[in-house]
Amino acid sequence: MNPEILFFFEVLIGGLLAGVMYSLVALGFVLIYKASSVFNFAQGAMVFFAVLSFVGFMELGLPFFLALLVTVGLMILVGMATERFVLRPLVNQHEDTLLMATIGLAFVLEGLAQLVWGVEVRRLDLGIRDEPIMRIADATGIFVSVLDLVAGLVAAVMVAVLAIVFSRTKVGLGLRAVADGHGAAMSIGIPLRQVWVFVWAAAGIVALVAGMLWGARAGVQFALVGLALKALPVLIIGGFTSVPGVIVAGLIVGASEKIAEVYIGPYFGGGIEGWAPYMLAVLFLMFRPEGLFGERIIRRV
Amino acid sequence: MRPMFQRAASALLVTAALAAAPIAPGIALAEEQYMAVPSSRVGPYSAMGTGYYGGIIDYMTYVNKTGGVNGVQLTWAECETEYNAARTVECYQRLLTGPNGQKMVVFDTLGTPGAYAVINRMAEDEVVLAQFGYGRTDAADGRVWSWVFNAAGHYWSQIAVKMNFMAQVEGGVENMRGKKIVHLHIDSAYGREPLPAMRQIAEDWGVNLVEISIPPPGLEQKSQWLQIRRERPDWVTFWGAGSGMNATGMTEAARVGFPRDRMMYVTFGGAEEDMVPAGDAAVGTYVVANVVPGKDFPLVQQINEVVYGAGAGNLANPERVGTVYWNRGVAAAVMWVEALKNAQAIHGKDGQAVTGPEFRDGYEALDFTEEKLAELGMTGMIAPFKLSCEKHDGSGRFKIMQWNGEKFDIISDDFVAAPDEGFIRGLVEASAEKFASENGMTVRDCP
Amino acid sequence: MYYRQAGTYRTGYAQDMRLMPLKEDRILLGLVLVIAFAVLPFTASDYWLSAILIPWLCMSLVAMGQNILMGYAGQLSLGAAGFMAAGAFACYNLILRVEWMPFPVAILLSGLIAAAIGIVFGLPSLRVRGLYLAVATLASQFFIVWVIDKFGWFKNYDTSGIITAQDIVIFGKAFTSPAEMYLVVLTITVLLTWAAMNMARGSAGRNWQAVRDMDVAAEVMGLSLLRTKLQAFAISSFYCGVGGALFAFTYLKSVEPAAFDINLSFRVLFMVLIGGLGTIIGSFYGAGFILLLPVFLNIFFHALFGKAVDASITSALEQVIFGVLIILFMIYEPLGLAKLWQNLQERMRRWPFKF
Repeated sequence: MNPEILFFFEVLIGGLLAGVMYSLVALGFVLIYKASSVFNFAQGAMVFFAVLSFVGFMELGLPFFLALLVTVGLMILVGMATERFVLRPLVNQHEDTLLMATIGLAFVLEGLAQLVWGVEVRRLDLGIRDEPIMRIADATGIFVSVLDLVAGLVAAVMVAVLAIVFSRTKVGLGLRAVADGHGAAMSIGIPLRQVWVFVWAAAGIVALVAGMLWGARAGVQFALVGLALKALPVLIIGGFTSVPGVIVAGLIVGASEKIAEVYIGPYFGGGIEGWAPYMLAVLFLMFRPEGLFGERIIRRV
Repeated sequence: MRPMFQRAASALLVTAALAAAPIAPGIALAEEQYMAVPSSRVGPYSAMGTGYYGGIIDYMTYVNKTGGVNGVQLTWAECETEYNAARTVECYQRLLTGPNGQKMVVFDTLGTPGAYAVINRMAEDEVVLAQFGYGRTDAADGRVWSWVFNAAGHYWSQIAVKMNFMAQVEGGVENMRGKKIVHLHIDSAYGREPLPAMRQIAEDWGVNLVEISIPPPGLEQKSQWLQIRRERPDWVTFWGAGSGMNATGMTEAARVGFPRDRMMYVTFGGAEEDMVPAGDAAVGTYVVANVVPGKDFPLVQQINEVVYGAGAGNLANPERVGTVYWNRGVAAAVMWVEALKNAQAIHGKDGQAVTGPEFRDGYEALDFTEEKLAELGMTGMIAPFKLSCEKHDGSGRFKIMQWNGEKFDIISDDFVAAPDEGFIRGLVEASAEKFASENGMTVRDCP
Repeated sequence: MYYRQAGTYRTGYAQDMRLMPLKEDRILLGLVLVIAFAVLPFTASDYWLSAILIPWLCMSLVAMGQNILMGYAGQLSLGAAGFMAAGAFACYNLILRVEWMPFPVAILLSGLIAAAIGIVFGLPSLRVRGLYLAVATLASQFFIVWVIDKFGWFKNYDTSGIITAQDIVIFGKAFTSPAEMYLVVLTITVLLTWAAMNMARGSAGRNWQAVRDMDVAAEVMGLSLLRTKLQAFAISSFYCGVGGALFAFTYLKSVEPAAFDINLSFRVLFMVLIGGLGTIIGSFYGAGFILLLPVFLNIFFHALFGKAVDASITSALEQVIFGVLIILFMIYEPLGLAKLWQNLQERMRRWPFKF
């Protein structure tokens, strides 16, 4: 094959793989937004907190799966504490107030994580190889690692499970009702507290998974907090309320930003992938102001 | 396990003490010299900040425990900058005058953004900005930047040293013709800082230089590494910030199969904190060191014994003694203390505190000979160098190290110099003169 | 008893339209202004002037801009730092390239340049709302900073890519000491605050609020959404641009584009949320809280423990406390610090009665 065409496919696939990693982070946002119309500013901090605690427990001598279990338990506790001390006193408040409260939560989680575990950078070895699989590379010339495949698989499974939970189960129905209005949901007997605990715990677990996959590549450290920024264009394009939208949008963002950087970037001295996805998001919004899969906004006067 | 409990215990202690009455302010008994410590202990650069400022504080504690600076005890105040320009300015103003009423004499931000934010205040406040291998390169010209120093080697000599090392590996400068180097850098002023020197050398040598930038925070560098795969360079010089970006550089290199022993990392990406998270992917990566890591230097052992032996160490995890950033902090503090001694001697103030201008004279009189380094117990830790009124940069020499998966192997027995040190100096002076004329700065006459 | 509305009679339109109908409010304001203009410049230390008051006033202006857009016009935006950068670098280049340019004119023009950019990046607001708009405005944040960073012309081709703000010279007099710079910032802040308060309660402000509360309804009533929204974007960016230029010229002094990063935009957002949406005065409280509380916590902890406790622990603990305080404030008074002040006023009016 023509090497230029081959290279294009390589960029495309590289972008799609990166996009999957963005989707993993974005998923946590969607969960919480869907169930409480709150933009959870603390999602990035939760990623950091979760994976740092996981590595911390491993350092204390716990075996992999036990540490994982303990961390999952910890994230459920965080979800419960968030519900009890942050959300419950703020029932029925305006979205902006809740947003600000999650900002406070972000500071608390970041500070706690560094307080308890210290600021050293940790290595996270998942035992998954992150080097090109030679068989695929030889056959096609395209480099894909096992970790890439695992990330894609994990993302697909999580999205599928959550999509089913939201659309097919009673819990999911309750979640959607809560999103439409706290008061209304409570008045028809939906247990608001349990729903919130469930959602925040789920978002915490999603954060843990995202943090583990990112941490395996970049190390477990504070910079993981900044991953939230990568998730924002994904959310816009996919729509804040759509679980399957996240994965589609992640792929779009990943592929288009890589193609933009590799083919357009050099003309401007590079570095355009910092803003290219946002520009793309703006373009998408011009045609669909609620994202690709977002619920259509109906406004009445 | 233990560090965690110590941290938890200290945290409890803090909380308990919060409820209790405030501690009475200390009253100066002996002669004191106030130092400022603008540390960054939280946020994305905290690993670097805790190591570096930990080293500085540990050395000052060591000096205090061993008689002070000719009897003068060091006292210091810390301020959290979060590695942020705006907070650094606040810290600068806050630390300007110490609790004992003395003015600070030296400021060290451990980062280019912070240094840039305060660099123009130095002359007015008469404070020395000790850029320890970072920050504004042309500040090495003391005629223009009379209060700014770059004593641990600046980025231009660093890049020249790296290219010199590449030429050595390739078998001589003549073999560099037609070779391709990718400068992969964070998309910021700091990332582009080495380029003026690098472009010039590349042109002289006939090297094909390709510049590729990474937007911060750089936890994802797929498009950059794909471009590298297409360019097929012979070498990559990596100029990143924060261990997330630095570690990702190596894991992504592994994923496109680029050999790590063709990558050279910047001094701010060449620490254990940057290598460890990348795991096996980091093995083989070259870094350069202005201060060599290791625990075997007599000075390091002394500090370990005197300070950590007494439980007075600043690092939460004593294992980090001897790491790249900690040793770098110690070396920075050694220069402060030696400059204080010089200042006392020059101005006849033995056993007394000195002022900013006196300290600057002392700093300009720094002369680290082999004998001096041996006396300090740091032979081989830094290269010998001598500063003067016009020459504000240090040796400009670096040791080449390679990560073996556990620690750094020192590849070069001696410190490597730039191929043409006069050429780098010329660049520095030209740039400084341009800056001075544009900003109407007076150029100092040096004797 | 001393602070009440009863007994305040308005006998003319001029009185009715006063910004502050209550005499006590006017006295209080006068007192604050006298202290700010006549007492602080002479009594406050250089640290207070240059490290606390100046950045606080600058950021208050920026927060005011964000508040006009978000609190009054209801357009969630996250581009404040980008517009600050535009203002700062515009001001630098104006003074650098136009020899006769006086500082006040340069400040005004850099505000206008930021406003023009604001209009362009405000265009998506005609189609997009809420969080979607917020993320769309992030495009402006990244794009503006990237452009300034990438093209050397904006920085006069400095080798390190940073600019050194020129001295502030007004009518031949250089304003370089902390007290002098503080007075410059204070004057501009007071003027712009006065303008903002009047805009907010005038027809512009009412239009913004109509759009905020229900834009479809506002349109039906004959308001031009295009004009109102873009006007809000322009004025907001003007404030951000002026605030950014002052921040660069009186606080940072040497600036690299990366100083105006996304985190700064977020902080401006926090300021508005915690200060109180839709209140001009809340911008000052919010800026104070977000900017200064971490500093005071840091000072307090270092004063309390000195070197007794590892600073890594106190620094992390400061973050936790800061976060807890934000949450507590939101629970106690979701409408922000400005509402707290309003509650206090109301209580004073009734005093000594409970209801």
